[in-house]
Amino acid sequence: MATKIRVLIAKPGLDGHDRGAKVIARALRDAGMEVIYTGLRQTPEDIVEAAIQEDVDAIGLSCLSGAHMALFPEVVKLLRKRKAGDIVVAGGGIIPEDDVPKLKKAGIKAVFGPGTPLSDVVEFFQKAGKAKGA
Amino acid sequence: MADAEDLEAVKARLKTWEGTTLKDSLKALPERRKEFVTTSSRSVRRLYTPLDVAGKSYSERLGNPGEFPFTRGIHPTMYRGRLWTMRMFSGYGSAEDTNKRFKYLIEHGETGLSVAFDMPTLYGYDTDAKEAKGEFGTCGVAVSSVEDMEILFNAIDVARVSTSMTINSPASVVWAMYLAMAEKRDVPWTKLRGTIQNDILKEYEAQKEWIFPPEPSMRLVVDTFEFGAKEVPQWNPISISGYHIREAGATAGQELAFTLANGMEYVRWGIDRGLRVDDFAPRLSFFFNAHNDLFEEIAKYRAARRIWAREMRDTFGAKNPRSWLLRTHAQTAGVSLTAQQPEMNIVRTTIQALAAVLGGTQSLHTNSYDEAYQVPGEKAVRIALRTQQILAHESGVANTVDPLGGSYYLEALTDELEEEAYRYFDRIQELGGVIPAIRKGFFQQEIANSAYRYQMEIEDKERIIVGVNDFVVDEQPEVEPLKVSEASYRAQLERLKRMRRTRDSKKHERALDRLRRACDGDDNTMPLILDAVRARATLGEICDVMREVFGVWEEPLLY
Repeated sequence: MATKIRVLIAKPGLDGHDRGAKVIARALRDAGMEVIYTGLRQTPEDIVEAAIQEDVDAIGLSCLSGAHMALFPEVVKLLRKRKAGDIVVAGGGIIPEDDVPKLKKAGIKAVFGPGTPLSDVVEFFQKAGKAKGA
Repeated sequence: MADAEDLEAVKARLKTWEGTTLKDSLKALPERRKEFVTTSSRSVRRLYTPLDVAGKSYSERLGNPGEFPFTRGIHPTMYRGRLWTMRMFSGYGSAEDTNKRFKYLIEHGETGLSVAFDMPTLYGYDTDAKEAKGEFGTCGVAVSSVEDMEILFNAIDVARVSTSMTINSPASVVWAMYLAMAEKRDVPWTKLRGTIQNDILKEYEAQKEWIFPPEPSMRLVVDTFEFGAKEVPQWNPISISGYHIREAGATAGQELAFTLANGMEYVRWGIDRGLRVDDFAPRLSFFFNAHNDLFEEIAKYRAARRIWAREMRDTFGAKNPRSWLLRTHAQTAGVSLTAQQPEMNIVRTTIQALAAVLGGTQSLHTNSYDEAYQVPGEKAVRIALRTQQILAHESGVANTVDPLGGSYYLEALTDELEEEAYRYFDRIQELGGVIPAIRKGFFQQEIANSAYRYQMEIEDKERIIVGVNDFVVDEQPEVEPLKVSEASYRAQLERLKRMRRTRDSKKHERALDRLRRACDGDDNTMPLILDAVRARATLGEICDVMREVFGVWEEPLLY
């Protein structure tokens, strides 16, 4: 039996809007993944530390406060620094269209805006987990 | 509402109708679905008749507007006397940027101000704090000191306009900055009108912008009740908010129940402090969401007024009729806005605003169509404000009081929501009250469950969201971008630095020491916070003192 895909769902920065993060966490869990939810107000350092400790395959970041440009790329940067650049990072939240290509360039593999079907998100993490060999 | 003989006739006619007219119709054209439900997944019947309101007294359940139990509205003439206040929640970038936006809105006919603060401000951090990285002005205005507050209201007549401030954990500090700003302009506090949100309970339950644990937080809230009643009598020291509870995923019934349960908890704390209920209850105000389901929303507002009036009069023994009034602000549902075909959000907002007005709100914010992407641009905000103006001046809905009162469906829904709220009150009581229920994660889990169910309904297409899971087009949406300028950020940092350098450091230190002692003891903190603000202590410095004394809250983790 294949091991379960492990995903960290994290809320970086000060944003308290956790509806989306919680719905995603539950959808991934219901799809058979192992989900670790960090809770609110995590720094990029906290998130990377948790990801490495928990040995996750992928990270889902959620931010609705507009601070995504300062926080999402930082997570990727720190992962690479810790030689954990193979952990796949995706993001979601209130993100202006113009920022999407910039985030992708910074190593965020997918950006999920409002209205994204849960099935798309589940599929993304399934693929990410398989690619990493989970 | 109908007499007994009529009811018998109605019952008989209905039975015949079901066996003939309806039966034939269903045979020819079956209904589109097995069950019809509201936005909150509440089951809706095919038809509502006098039977649904049978045995219920008009005077007891509805009464006349401006009279107990205020189901039909808190004013006898409602919008015939005065329209609701059009109050657009706004803020981004620096105090200068937002001051400009305020003036733009006033110029276009806005009738009250409402300040959105950025995340660091909401958490009691200054713009230059390490925790504030990347968050300056992105979803509200940064206010780190009284100097920012002065700029924010520059050339705005605070003696005339009422101002609402969405601030919770650090509410007393930000309020003190507003009061100090008015003081500097020689505007007496007795003339100031406005609201601080200051509703910490719903932060633990839903919005999550908390700093301190519940007990010291509640103490700060009651400090503002006590201080406000004496010093700023026209100010609402709290806006007990269902809005965020709903946005986080709650149903209409949960929003209603949790908000009123929170409201009653504040009343209990006020009374426990030794305040007379009639000294502070008239200044308690509310804030509800206006979501898509027109009738369910209208019913929610009506049920809220009826429950509050009854509880205040009968449970808490308030004698002053003003203590019985549930005065409320409303905002259309941000969570309903779609990133897909965003122009359609104008239509959604119109329906939601209509619900708030038919529900008898006292003030209203309408969301802008571009908010699934960003803080709104100027044109989008103007359209949102114009939506209210069209409702007020063109639609005719403001011409009469509670125009839908007496609708069988609406009255039945109002009763159902009321019953649901009382079921929740009982459950909260069983858990030991609001704060123990927060500690157990009760509200948080209820809300998360509803949010998930709603999302699954969309996923399974049981619920259609136009442009999202049906009627989809493949196009790049056009949204005019709004960016916070780097120059605003640098200017803000510079201002903070200069203020820290030029203030009287002895006076500043003394004020913070005195505040620390007050936090440690039982004295009302408001006068000490005011002194600290006057001594140019920043928001972050004051909140650090409180963090030191009160500690910080850690929420139960669940999803």
